[in-house]
Amino acid sequence: MNTIVQVEGLRKTYGAIAAVDDISFEVQEGEIFGMVGPNGAGKTTTIECLEGLRKPDSGTVRVLGVDPQREGQTLCLRVGMQLQQSNLPERMKVWEALDLYTSFYPKAVDWKELLVQLGLEEKRNAPFSKLSGGQKQRLFIALALLPDPQLIFLDELTTGLDPQARHAIWDLVRDVRARGKTVILSTHFMEEAEKLCDRVAILDLGRIVALDTPAALIHSLEAEQRVIFSLDGSLPPALEKALSMAGRLEVQGEQVTIHGKNGRKVPLVSEVVSLLTEQGINFRDLRTEQPTLEDVFLSLTGRKMRE
Amino acid sequence: MKSLLKMTWMETKLFLREPVSAFFTLIFPLVMLFIFGSIYGTQSVPGTDSTQGAIGTLIPAFTAMIIGMTGLMPVTITLATYRENGILRRLRTTPVSPLVVLAAQVMVVFVMTGLGVLLLAIAGKVVYHVQFDGNVFSMAGGFTLCSLSFFGIGFILAGVMPNARTAQIVAMVLLYPMLILSGAAWPRELMPAAVQKISAFLPLTYVVNLLRGLWVGESWGTHLLDVGVLVGMLLLGIIISVKTFRWE
Ligand SMILES: Nc1ncnc2c1ncn2[C@@H]1O[C@H](COP(=O)(O)OP(=O)(O)OP(=O)(O)O)[C@@H](O)[C@H]1O
Ligand SMILES: [Mg+2]
Repeated sequence: MNTIVQVEGLRKTYGAIAAVDDISFEVQEGEIFGMVGPNGAGKTTTIECLEGLRKPDSGTVRVLGVDPQREGQTLCLRVGMQLQQSNLPERMKVWEALDLYTSFYPKAVDWKELLVQLGLEEKRNAPFSKLSGGQKQRLFIALALLPDPQLIFLDELTTGLDPQARHAIWDLVRDVRARGKTVILSTHFMEEAEKLCDRVAILDLGRIVALDTPAALIHSLEAEQRVIFSLDGSLPPALEKALSMAGRLEVQGEQVTIHGKNGRKVPLVSEVVSLLTEQGINFRDLRTEQPTLEDVFLSLTGRKMRE
Repeated sequence: MKSLLKMTWMETKLFLREPVSAFFTLIFPLVMLFIFGSIYGTQSVPGTDSTQGAIGTLIPAFTAMIIGMTGLMPVTITLATYRENGILRRLRTTPVSPLVVLAAQVMVVFVMTGLGVLLLAIAGKVVYHVQFDGNVFSMAGGFTLCSLSFFGIGFILAGVMPNARTAQIVAMVLLYPMLILSGAAWPRELMPAAVQKISAFLPLTYVVNLLRGLWVGESWGTHLLDVGVLVGMLLLGIIISVKTFRWE
């Protein structure tokens, strides 16, 4: 597999703030690579250093084999970019934007096909200002796809969209990857990173605190699997004792939560259920919760992603 | 080249979709012409030494007015807004050159200004049978020089001002007194001598002088000062606007 992006010791400071503080990673061809982290983590700064829009203070960046600062002009023919903050003139129509941007590239894909692929055909004559958030995003993705790029950057592509629109955009991104393109995206939705990305870099305060496949991140954490159930009345002391052997116990009124480590011989849920039936206890609403990237972030930084 | 044409055409459409700028460039000067025309008819404006009818004095003056308005308002506002709203930012991610962005703006405003002037001249001819003693090519050349050097001011403002609002306010503050004092709105001869002295410091005055002169058939040689000032402005405008151009 080819290495598409190489970042080594990237740093960028604004005054006293290190927006990006010594970041290194690589992205391979055909990957959906995600950067996830809370507001101000440094995702946009990193992406825009890769795009050549910002100049790093130090470190080396190679995108498709070239330095974006020195060869930005050749790069923008092969890279598609969707920026976190950008706009089109309010009265520009959807088709006009695509038509105009097509003229910037010596070789571009047929925008009429993109219009169909991105479900914007009905909005062909709508002015930019009259598009919904999701439609604007799709238009920006279409613009990013115009040069038929090898690599596409999507910065915060589903922020502000409802879940349905978000899922539609995920399908789109998978589709782009299926056509052999590499995708680098940022998000502050852990769920998005988990569902969509092949590999995820978790950023916090300008640093990468973890980088791996979502599954490996969750696994490596030995994150706790949880079993939750409710009782009528209080927890009998004998059961409490037995359950505490299985994992850390948390009682809130009638609801009991047991946090168990991963990688156990017997699954936590069967152990809990057999204890409950052995002691003949009536329980209801029993369910299990798998750890998510959200838990990974919490355990790595001691903070929740969103308060 | 393809992108320059596409961009110019796109910007032309956007210009015409913006009712305010289209009104002030194309309609407003005509309205002014009809108002003054109905006051003076074909007589000369009292108090001027012009042998021409009032309309012959007013058309070159109003041409200067259109140039002043388009140079300061649409150019400044469009560019400053494009920067502030991240429209330039999006363009920056493409291979398009900043020169194309600037050139497209210049072409659109130039063509629109020309259209406004053409409407004015046609109205003068058809409605008032205005007398024109100049040379059409000479007049067109003068118009081109005046427009381009004036657009420079707009580009400089757009480049230097921190945001679109400030740029717009500064443009207005510069524009209105200039329109009145330079003789673009009515003949300068009608104003007190003290006020006429101030007008020597206003760039638009030189536009009015040159265009009025060319209209009555004076040669370029008799307007060396005006031409010198305008060429200076043009060069300064090009240098500063290219130097101060920022994508964001
Ligand atoms: N142009 C700038 N000038 C000053 N500070 C900046 C600038 N750009 C970013 N920063 C700072 O750098 C830090 C990282 O910002 P960045 O935009 O990269 O974060 P992010 O992870 O993209 O956040 P978000 O999720 O809000 O988009 C922030 O503390 C921000 O205030
Ligand atoms: Mg960001």
